[in-house]
Amino acid sequence: MKTRELTCIGCPLGCSLRVMITDNEISVTGNSCRRGEEYAKKEVTSPTRVVTSTIEVSGGTLRRVSVKTESDIPKDKIFDCMKEIHQTKVQAPVSIGDILIRDCAGTGVPVIATKNIGVCNEGD
Amino acid sequence: MSGKDYDVIIIGAGVTGCAIARELSRYDLKICVLEKDEDVCSGTSKANSAIVHAGFDADRGSLMARFNVEGNQMMEDLSQELDFEFIRNGSMVLCFDEADKEKLQALLKQGEENGVKGLSIIGGDEARRREPNLTDEVVAALDVPSGGIVCPFGLTIALAENACDNGVEFRFLSAVREIRKQENGYEVIAGNSKITASCIVNAAGVYADVIHNMVSEDHFEIIPRKGEYCLLDKEAGNHVSRTIFQLPGKYGKGVLVSPTVHGNLLVGPTAVDIDDKERTATTAQGLAEVMRVASLSVKDLPFRQVITSFCGLRAHQAGHDFILGEARDAEGFFDAAAIESPGLSSAPAIGKYIAGLVADKAGASQKSGWNGTRKGIIRPSALSQEKRAELIRKNPAYGTIICRCEGISEGEIRDAVTRTLGARSLDGIKRRVRQGMGRCQGGFCTPRTMEILAAETGLRMEEICKNIPGSEILRGAEQQEVNSYDRA
Amino acid sequence: MTEHELIIIGGGPAGLAAAISARKAGLEDILILERDNGLGGILNQCIHNGFGLHTFKEELTGPEYASRYIEQVQNLAIPYKCNTMVISISDKKEITFINREDGLCVVRAKAVILAMGCRERPRGALNIPGYRPAGIFSAGTAQRLMNIEGYCVGREVVILGSGDIGLIMARRLTLEGARVKVVAELMPYSGGLKRNIVQCLDDYGIPLKLSHTVVEVHGKERVTGITIAEVDANRQPIPGTEEYYSCDTLLLSVGLLPENELTKTAGAKISRITNGPVVNDMLETSIDGIFACGNVLHVHDLVDYVSEEASLAGKNAAHYVQGGSNKGDGQYVEMEAAGGVRYTVPQSLDIDNMNDQVTVRFRVADVYKDHYISVYYNDTRIAHTKKRILAPGEMEQIVIKKDSLKEYPDLKKIVICTEVD
Repeated sequence: MKTRELTCIGCPLGCSLRVMITDNEISVTGNSCRRGEEYAKKEVTSPTRVVTSTIEVSGGTLRRVSVKTESDIPKDKIFDCMKEIHQTKVQAPVSIGDILIRDCAGTGVPVIATKNIGVCNEGD
Repeated sequence: MSGKDYDVIIIGAGVTGCAIARELSRYDLKICVLEKDEDVCSGTSKANSAIVHAGFDADRGSLMARFNVEGNQMMEDLSQELDFEFIRNGSMVLCFDEADKEKLQALLKQGEENGVKGLSIIGGDEARRREPNLTDEVVAALDVPSGGIVCPFGLTIALAENACDNGVEFRFLSAVREIRKQENGYEVIAGNSKITASCIVNAAGVYADVIHNMVSEDHFEIIPRKGEYCLLDKEAGNHVSRTIFQLPGKYGKGVLVSPTVHGNLLVGPTAVDIDDKERTATTAQGLAEVMRVASLSVKDLPFRQVITSFCGLRAHQAGHDFILGEARDAEGFFDAAAIESPGLSSAPAIGKYIAGLVADKAGASQKSGWNGTRKGIIRPSALSQEKRAELIRKNPAYGTIICRCEGISEGEIRDAVTRTLGARSLDGIKRRVRQGMGRCQGGFCTPRTMEILAAETGLRMEEICKNIPGSEILRGAEQQEVNSYDRA
Repeated sequence: MTEHELIIIGGGPAGLAAAISARKAGLEDILILERDNGLGGILNQCIHNGFGLHTFKEELTGPEYASRYIEQVQNLAIPYKCNTMVISISDKKEITFINREDGLCVVRAKAVILAMGCRERPRGALNIPGYRPAGIFSAGTAQRLMNIEGYCVGREVVILGSGDIGLIMARRLTLEGARVKVVAELMPYSGGLKRNIVQCLDDYGIPLKLSHTVVEVHGKERVTGITIAEVDANRQPIPGTEEYYSCDTLLLSVGLLPENELTKTAGAKISRITNGPVVNDMLETSIDGIFACGNVLHVHDLVDYVSEEASLAGKNAAHYVQGGSNKGDGQYVEMEAAGGVRYTVPQSLDIDNMNDQVTVRFRVADVYKDHYISVYYNDTRIAHTKKRILAPGEMEQIVIKKDSLKEYPDLKKIVICTEVD
């Protein structure tokens, strides 16, 4: 049997979790909700993260639009995802929820805008 | 001009160099100031006690005594002509030991002989009545009504701008590497240029020995004497109203506690001789020492409210007096060297004196059309509400506040950059308008200030420096330029 | 002089939530004054996710969280002025502000809500020895330069302070290709949320050195390195423990201070612990009709609680305008923070006129494991809740129900404290 100590990231409470892993079972204690259990099981089998960053915008009121992966992606894909984010440039206007990268780093997860960026009028 | 590029080259754009430049600009001379940094007031002049000393401290008959007293007397009119901040707030020298009262008496006598007016000795209780936060240990004090405080940036920049408006050229990032004697003058290698002049004025601060020794066999040495300071928030600015000195005694040389013209409280300095002319790093021991010794004079100093600390280097020389005048073995080469405290107080008088010597040498006469007045940067927060509203109507840039802590508007920052000898760096802007000098120390306003500086100068954001090249604030225009994906 | 029913100073999360709630409580004439060029405040640069779980039951980024409130403000047609700096507030609730369009204006308000937020503690406050080169940023300044403008602030970075912004920036810099070499924390515990330590440091193998501080900054023009050292129980560096890290950047995440310059111009009483105004259960300061909420009142770690607190301030301000002063002849009871509790907000309760329940927020002074949070009415313990972990970095709260006070007619004080058993 293997045990791992984790801090739950499901919500800001940050419960201290103890995960016991045997051949055919994973059990979790210390969680205060089901999300904690799900997180712990996932974290020891296939950890995932939401990635947030910014993408260059041309013609906008700001030079960058903030973005996130629409859902969490495998942890080991984070830097591949960042690479694609860096290679992307979009045109203003951008609205929250706009899909800016359809399938980021082969994860099947899109990268979407998290900020509204208007078009910059000359003289602004 | 006998085929030279200039009649006079002044080396160093600190307060001494700028005071000489401004006085020399009265004359019909072609003048150039060479400065190693990107702006005026970048060395000792920017990091000192900001005090206009009365002149009781210097030895009788010394150059320090003469020029300090004279400089102190000139400061009021000069602050009117050149529109910089100067307050005659008075000072006190504290005595903590009955046995030291004789020394206080001697100081009074020396001051009177030096020509300082209004000196008197008061008892400890009277001192505490005038300055309620003095400690109970004070047994007597020398009261000095003619002591004052000044904004050293304001003074230096005002002198420089006025000199420039009257035709003096300034070259920045022009460190003097070599001086060669020529017939009837000198050739100076500064930065990547060769420049010739009939006369040279050496106002190079801690480097004045290096410059002097390039042309003269009468070598001297300038020892950087380090002084560390703490600056406290404006909320602490009223803790004392006068500049509070300590009588040198069993506690050592002592440190001062003083309000600044901007309403902060300044505490310092230490005095440690070092051998590195660039070592302006503060130390934990130094800052702790400042706080400890200051607490002997003034009680309940709110050190929780320190907003910044800094370190300056005084240009000390073994003889402990100014070196002023033409070098014995280098005709046309004038020193204004070893200008340590009271150098700031003496600067106006030194400027006048050296300018007189140089003008005589060059046989120059005063020119017509010289304008000795200069207007400083408008400070909207000092205006009445009506005047401020009108200013914003005329120029809406005064309606956008960039620096929240000091209440500095976009208009002031633009003025600092676009005016005569305008700022080229964030430190330059800070010294002119105090942007980023408040309690958040630039946390909120740095990005906006950088944008304004970039827009007004045509620099790219990543080229904006804190001061000299190499002090760029950013490490690249875009994140991806530095990306590396070689991590797990 | 123009008069408004309610003026809200600050258009960040607190100001927005306060405005919406005041309007929903029936107040028509509201004006928000915001110093930045848009609404949303610091959330605009907090592009990471984790906001809104309590409020919206989903995980949003900062700009998304802000936009939910901004849209409501716009839908409710609540007027606001951006790029507008308030210079002073008088105790008569006369507000002087300036901007490009209006110039300098003085307006009067029946009620004011202070929602100016907080600022970062700068280097100077720490007296870190060494040079003063370029490359020293407060974490939030670096965050703005990176996330809004897209500039690179550093390639090799040391971070002092494990506050949340510092932790978030450690990850952000790493994702953008910088190398974060170490995070040093003066205290023996982190000031940031646990999950940020997991997600921002552990995930990327960035070491967190507790009980360490910066003892020297190297480099005259740009930072070239940082020396850190371990500190003893009195937080003094221990000689011989110095470690040098070469780097070009030092980020400071060493605490947030409520920005109460304006509060002071109005003459409101300030708490020396929170650095924010002292308030009653209506979130009203010592000056009638001036309310405070969000980080200007006390520094929060979760924006959800800022929004909740601000909504309450908005509602209370509306009632104040509609019905005059909240302060009746009510009986005020002081809240006392004791035994490991540093402060409470509010600091007093009007037990006659209070709402049915009041949320009292507080922070503890140290890390406590398996301690109880207890509430005493006079000398009687009326609540006793065991907590597995209490930490200064995480705000705690208890609820006081009006009903529970009925049995204590002679109530003089309410004490909140931690207890071992």
